[in-house]
Amino acid sequence: MKKQTFPAKIDVLSDVLGFLEYMLELYGCPAKIQTAICVAAEEIFVNIARYAYGDSEGNVTLGICFDEESHSIIIRITDKGIPFDPLKNPDPDIALSAQERRIGGLGIFIVKKTMDKINYTYENGENILTMVKKI
Amino acid sequence: MTIEIKRNAEETIIELTGRLDTTTSPELDKTLNEDISDTKNLILNIKGIEYISSAGLRVLLGAQKKMQKVGTMKLTNVREEVMDVFEMTGFSEILTIE
Repeated sequence: MKKQTFPAKIDVLSDVLGFLEYMLELYGCPAKIQTAICVAAEEIFVNIARYAYGDSEGNVTLGICFDEESHSIIIRITDKGIPFDPLKNPDPDIALSAQERRIGGLGIFIVKKTMDKINYTYENGENILTMVKKI
Repeated sequence: MTIEIKRNAEETIIELTGRLDTTTSPELDKTLNEDISDTKNLILNIKGIEYISSAGLRVLLGAQKKMQKVGTMKLTNVREEVMDVFEMTGFSEILTIE
């Protein structure tokens, strides 16, 4: 797995996406799936940048690899912040009108909808979120 | 992301190009709330947007809520990747897309 560590700050988002795009390009990932993976990674990264470390600073590590057997991209995002399972977030009600719609929960919802598998564990003081997307 | 504003007596057309993500969405929000806050009919031409995350959806939802009260808002030239996100989140039902 190819890994890179970034400060958990929103203003490095373009570096995070740049790293992922570079790797996805190397794996020959189709453009549409690249976009879906980058959007999902952005949602997770931004959540960590906003909430994981409270007022202090910390890092986020992104790992990416291509599993030939399942023909899937595997992305692993880890941080040492507050234990938080984003998958436990309640899904938004997507049938409401514009005036009734609330803002929260959309990001994680998009991740759940676009990725083929998502798994969360907390191990050795780390939040570990793994996403799998077939290409 | 680049934001290009074209105005005439009837409507305001905003052409967007690039990524509508967490770092760029605040620019669009600012444009909508400050530069063209008096417009009654808003057209967002998003032909050049190939990427939208929840941050972009939030700005569009905010604009839709506001424009519904004073006039109209529609999105044109929506790409497939972006349309997928609209559909999975129910935004295709609440936005006017042409």
